[in-house]
Amino acid sequence: MSDAFYMRWREMNRTEIVRVENLKKYFPVEKSFLEKLLTRTRGFIRAVDDITFSVLRGEVFTLAGESGCGKTTTGKIILGLVPPTSGRVFFRDREITNLKPEELRLLRRRMQIIFQDPYASFNPRMKIGDAIGHPLEIHGLASGLEKRKKVLSMLERVGLTPPEQFIELYPHQLSGGQRQRAAIARSLILNPEFIVADEPVSMIDVSLRTTIIDLMLDLKRELQLTYLFITHDLAVAKYISDRVAIMYLGKIVEMGEKEEIFSNPLHPYTQALLSAIPVPNPDRKRRIIELKGEVPSAIRIPMGCRFHPRCPFAEEACQKEEPELTVVSASHLVACHLAKGSEHA
Amino acid sequence: MEKQLLAVEGLTVEYWARRGRVRAVDSVSFTLDRAETLGVVGESGSGKSTLGLSLIRLIPPPGRIIGGHLWLEGTDLLKLREEEMRNVRGRKIAFVFQDPMTSLNPVKKIGEHFVELIRTHEPKTGREEALRRAEKLLNDVGIQSERINDYPHQLSGGMRQRVMIALSIALNPSIVIADEPTTALDVIVQAKILDLLKNVQNVYAMALILITHDLSIALERCNKILVMYAGQMVEYASVENIYNKPQHPYTRGLLKSIPNIELAEQKLEAIPGSPPDLLNPPRGCRFWPRCPSSIGKCREREPQPVETEPGHFVRCFLHEVAGNESN
Amino acid sequence: MTRLEVKRSMLASIVPGLASLGKKGLAGWLVVIGTLIVVSIVFMTLIAPWITPYDPSTRGINVGRPLTPPNPQFPFGTNDLGQDMLSRTIAGGSVMLQVAVLSVIICIIIGVPLGLFSSYVGGMLDRTTCLVMDSVYAFPGLILAIAIAATLGRGVVNMALSIAVVYVPSYFRVIRSQVLSIKETPYVEAAKSIGAKNRTILFKYILPNVVPSIVVVATVNFADAILTAAGLTFIGLGVEVDIPDWGWDLANGRRLLPSGVWWVITFPGIFIILLALGFTLVGEGLSELLNPKLAER
Repeated sequence: MSDAFYMRWREMNRTEIVRVENLKKYFPVEKSFLEKLLTRTRGFIRAVDDITFSVLRGEVFTLAGESGCGKTTTGKIILGLVPPTSGRVFFRDREITNLKPEELRLLRRRMQIIFQDPYASFNPRMKIGDAIGHPLEIHGLASGLEKRKKVLSMLERVGLTPPEQFIELYPHQLSGGQRQRAAIARSLILNPEFIVADEPVSMIDVSLRTTIIDLMLDLKRELQLTYLFITHDLAVAKYISDRVAIMYLGKIVEMGEKEEIFSNPLHPYTQALLSAIPVPNPDRKRRIIELKGEVPSAIRIPMGCRFHPRCPFAEEACQKEEPELTVVSASHLVACHLAKGSEHA
Repeated sequence: MEKQLLAVEGLTVEYWARRGRVRAVDSVSFTLDRAETLGVVGESGSGKSTLGLSLIRLIPPPGRIIGGHLWLEGTDLLKLREEEMRNVRGRKIAFVFQDPMTSLNPVKKIGEHFVELIRTHEPKTGREEALRRAEKLLNDVGIQSERINDYPHQLSGGMRQRVMIALSIALNPSIVIADEPTTALDVIVQAKILDLLKNVQNVYAMALILITHDLSIALERCNKILVMYAGQMVEYASVENIYNKPQHPYTRGLLKSIPNIELAEQKLEAIPGSPPDLLNPPRGCRFWPRCPSSIGKCREREPQPVETEPGHFVRCFLHEVAGNESN
Repeated sequence: MTRLEVKRSMLASIVPGLASLGKKGLAGWLVVIGTLIVVSIVFMTLIAPWITPYDPSTRGINVGRPLTPPNPQFPFGTNDLGQDMLSRTIAGGSVMLQVAVLSVIICIIIGVPLGLFSSYVGGMLDRTTCLVMDSVYAFPGLILAIAIAATLGRGVVNMALSIAVVYVPSYFRVIRSQVLSIKETPYVEAAKSIGAKNRTILFKYILPNVVPSIVVVATVNFADAILTAAGLTFIGLGVEVDIPDWGWDLANGRRLLPSGVWWVITFPGIFIILLALGFTLVGEGLSELLNPKLAER
């Protein structure tokens, strides 16, 4: 089977689980009383600024970018934790933006989240066993002995053994890695299909990261999960993802199969980002692509291509017209005037 | 001029916690040559930050240096009086902290930070001259000199860290200790700051001690690496040796567990278990519960660092035979 | 179980608890000492009917010559009505303690739910409640209490009510600031994401984490309520003359002080200060012990 054919075959046989269309989230800027009196106009932080993508069943789709690029907000909008300003989110072809609270509650059984900070994502006054079993109770799925049995088997599944011991502990009695395992257990106890993992390993010690990532990948295979993985760490993204979307200032600038993004990055921002990642090899002297300045504020996003003030290759067109995310190959999209140009050449 | 700048011998730091004594740094020894870069690598709680602070004798209470020597150009810093030590800080050894926001005074202009620092150590310098020097220093780290009148909150995270670096080199120290200088920053800014550190290090001919949890950064930026685990130095060698022939199982585990963006397919291997509670460390070697190649005596006795080849130290029984077994 | 046995088992459970508190450093000791002071004064007040040498009420008038200075028969002296000051001091805490307990209960019943709901719901409700609470808070406490007590009239319940009005805003503010920060924590977000209803989030995730602050405010509230109650009685808005009360004795003693009668004001005064001090120590100690950041160690 040729590569191209395989790709098409896979595309045809894989169904979308989540689709995001023209999603926007603008947060109003908090102003002081005096400013409110003096100015009429209201500033907005354009955290997420018109993004469209879909996540396929059974894949790991990664949203990657620097802090403040809107990746976490996107994840929370999909889960209904933050209402979008505009745009639509579909879960298995059913629109889930603006659901009624009761419908949203039911949806929670099918999509879950793992948070970044394993220290803060547990109620300090609730035992681990109660916290993990709580979702079952809330949804009336199990209680008493049955709940206990489910919690025990889930704890065992995420590697917190002996589970009888962990069930009685309070969060502060667990190490960071153990807490993140417990958080994974809590997110899986309702048997969801779709998991948003928001930087699940960035606060975990280096020597433990791999175990957490491998656990997540094992569980994915075993329970047929789909992950939306959010990270700032492209090295981790490369290890775990099937497809990657790179975000810059609220927009997706490049998206595609992992191999495409990492071996043939087309957007200058992706190239710079990749070149800046430290490589664990003292013999390898790499060339870092220099970007001018730093990420501008999301309140005053530059005109035209939002990356042009920092782009080493910016041309006149870049200042005027905002590039659209366009297909450059079957599994690769990029939002850059120059990348398109090079495609024609 | 002698090549060796700093020699640390058996440095030991203890904390008195409510539940008992914690040996945060346990008899660490290393040397630092002029213009050299040493990477101190370890996870949270490995004692790497405490080690950094103890080099300038700024361990917050209830911590205390309880033993060892800190030879800086022939003087033992641990024998100095506090006033003499104050003269060493900033002038001989400067420190760059992880979070530049909390280490700059928010109500003081950038220029004033320089004036205060310079005039504390050189009382004869006038205000104007100090400000002029500040402008030059800021230029050296890539900040326009007009920024001298800004307040810290008007600068971005990356620029604040540049200011911290400018401050650290203001008195032309021979050693700069940078404790996780880029952990709070995004990867592009991180690369720029690390480049900048390398640059000023060359221009000002300083030695740099880079404390980091990220082995990739240390491998990329340092000449020598000291790997810390549970308060102890487990391996200390040139960067080439650490990368090509790591000897301690922990170093090997770390190398296998970090993703490398340049490799096409990579199978990461995890180190099982988690770091020990320092209040209650395991008997014997502190790493044996997680070690894939531990042997009987690892659980009984604590291995001592041995030099397996010139400049390559490892604290592991598996390599004791190769070194000189003195005890 | 007889009453004595109950007391004994309670003691048995309290004493080791206190002893272990002592191991937690200075803050632990503050709590231990404060609790000991408060418990002994409460105990003294409870058993007063059996241990007072003379009747401390109006029926005990002229048990001795009026204004006798302290002597072996009347160790604390007598007042201008010839009542035994020792007996009055032993029994005089009862009104104050009742007022304090009642006012704290009223405050918790009103302040805690108000703070929880208002800050959790937010928006207009929160703004309005805040405005009302802040305007009450801005008023000088004692003056407000006096005004309310004067309107409501004498009596334990009315005193408690007037003190409660002054203290509800303290509960409200402390709880509100806590809820506002807890509301934003990942674990509340996690609760939302598992589909927990607002009620569940409030009572299972937020309230348990606010309780330590409520306890601290309540102890401080106790101490202040004692002093305010003393103040109200002092200016004659307290209880009937018939009931022995430190506040009443304080007012009476102040009148007598210029003529060199120091003992009528001194002994009740010492006990008011002791009781308030006891509660303050407990509050200070607890606020340090229950601070979650410190508890992590």
